[in-house]
Amino acid sequence: MLIKNRSRGDVAESQVTPEQAYVSRRSVIKGLGAGLGITGIGLLGGHSLAFAADEAPRKPLDFQPQKPAPDLILTPDSKVTNHNNFYEFGTGKTDPAQNAQGLKTEPWILTVEGEVEKPGTVDVWKLMGEIGLEERIYRMRCVEAWSMVIPWVGFELGKFLKQFAPTSRAKYVAFETLYDPEQMPGQRNRYVGGGIDYPYVEGLRIDEAMHPLTILSVGLYGKTLPPQNGAPIRLVVPWKYGFKGIKSIVKIRLVEEMPPTSWNRLLPKEYGFYANVNPAVDHPRWSQATERFIGPGGLFSVKRQATLPFNGYGEEVAALYSNMDLRKFY
Amino acid sequence: MVVSTKSAAWRKPLALALQVAVHIGAALPLLWLFYAINAGRLGGDPVVELIHYLGLGTLRLLLLTLLISPLARWLGYGQLNRLRRPLGLWAFAWASLHFSAWMALDLGFDWSLIGSELVKRTYILLGFSAWLMLLALAITSLPALMRRMGKSWKKLHRLLYVVVLLACWHFWWSVKSGWIEPAIYLCVALLLLLWRREGVSRWLRSFKR
Repeated sequence: MLIKNRSRGDVAESQVTPEQAYVSRRSVIKGLGAGLGITGIGLLGGHSLAFAADEAPRKPLDFQPQKPAPDLILTPDSKVTNHNNFYEFGTGKTDPAQNAQGLKTEPWILTVEGEVEKPGTVDVWKLMGEIGLEERIYRMRCVEAWSMVIPWVGFELGKFLKQFAPTSRAKYVAFETLYDPEQMPGQRNRYVGGGIDYPYVEGLRIDEAMHPLTILSVGLYGKTLPPQNGAPIRLVVPWKYGFKGIKSIVKIRLVEEMPPTSWNRLLPKEYGFYANVNPAVDHPRWSQATERFIGPGGLFSVKRQATLPFNGYGEEVAALYSNMDLRKFY
Repeated sequence: MVVSTKSAAWRKPLALALQVAVHIGAALPLLWLFYAINAGRLGGDPVVELIHYLGLGTLRLLLLTLLISPLARWLGYGQLNRLRRPLGLWAFAWASLHFSAWMALDLGFDWSLIGSELVKRTYILLGFSAWLMLLALAITSLPALMRRMGKSWKKLHRLLYVVVLLACWHFWWSVKSGWIEPAIYLCVALLLLLWRREGVSRWLRSFKR
């Protein structure tokens, strides 16, 4: 069985963290742009506009393809993997693709603890071969009003959690990203990390976590996740804003009280615990009624489309919130 | 005197060369942008990347415009002041592109959405006000108007102080998190205003009559 129950003398998670120093692989080839930027008044610079050059290898996965596939236009692999919010590697959209390639994701130990009868640790790479992976093609709506359609590979969080036998006191699930400033420049430097208190933490109510749409993803486009997308294991909750999808998870803790979440802690008036996609509730600084879909085309084929309540998954999940004021619990 | 004629002899060509440099420096990044758009090098969400690039460029041009006159006085090189006009006009051009890109590419000329965003989002209103002021300054930069306006021209064009502060504020409120980068721009703006505090306070007093 993949679950290893932890006894008192076992190795702490921090000891598993590799000693390997963070290797900066910032690509040198930024082309003509950077050259011209230095010319004249240097209007360029600050923001890098180039795609990353060398990427960490992604392994093919065995999985059950989704049937029937939903009638959605996929966002190309290159855009899914080069347009990321992963502030541990910088706040620019291409920063993670450039700075995360050195992240050591093997081995990776995930700890499940708290209100469970059988707490334990899991070797994530072993888990990938044993648990039975399936494809889930989901819409992804970022709170910044852009969206993608991504073919994830993963498994249901609920089924996974049941193996640890949650107790009746497990009302919420708290998640935590790797904390390793050696490897993550955003954790070393507040400026790089966008002012977030690390490690990044997220949370779900237990019924949200147990919902069949909620998955832990280990891959996309049939291969393992690249570091910038949260390798080797991340959360995907398709009816919530993207920031709920915590990346590179090392710890899952079942708890009785609502756990803190990173963006809510930083800007509580702008980001709530629930963060359900809701076109009727605007972000204080921009409208959430529409979104820019990031599809196959270039600049002039970008189109705004209507944002759907619960990101289009209302039929499946609206009942979870039937007697809640979603303006108050945003 | 030999020395002064000699120095006068290079002062004029240098001023001209600097003018040319301003035009090239402000236009080249736009050419690069044109290339980057066509080559698909603006990343996954090119609309936002383009808008941010143009906005940040505008802010840098505005600060550069404010830098000229203290620099000219400090160097004792009055010719430098002639760079203010092209720099200011380029700042207006970049600001207009920034604003147009937002309306056309982000909001797709959805006028009701543009209208409601302008009213509802304070940071957009701040940016829009700054652009309107720049528009007034750009129009009155025509030499004929400049001469006709006389003293009031100078008074009007000191509005640039307000424009720069509004632009910094607009930037600050537009970022999702992290205040360090906008704070740096604001500090530079405040330093440039502090450098000319007498001019600023004289200008402010002129409204009190």
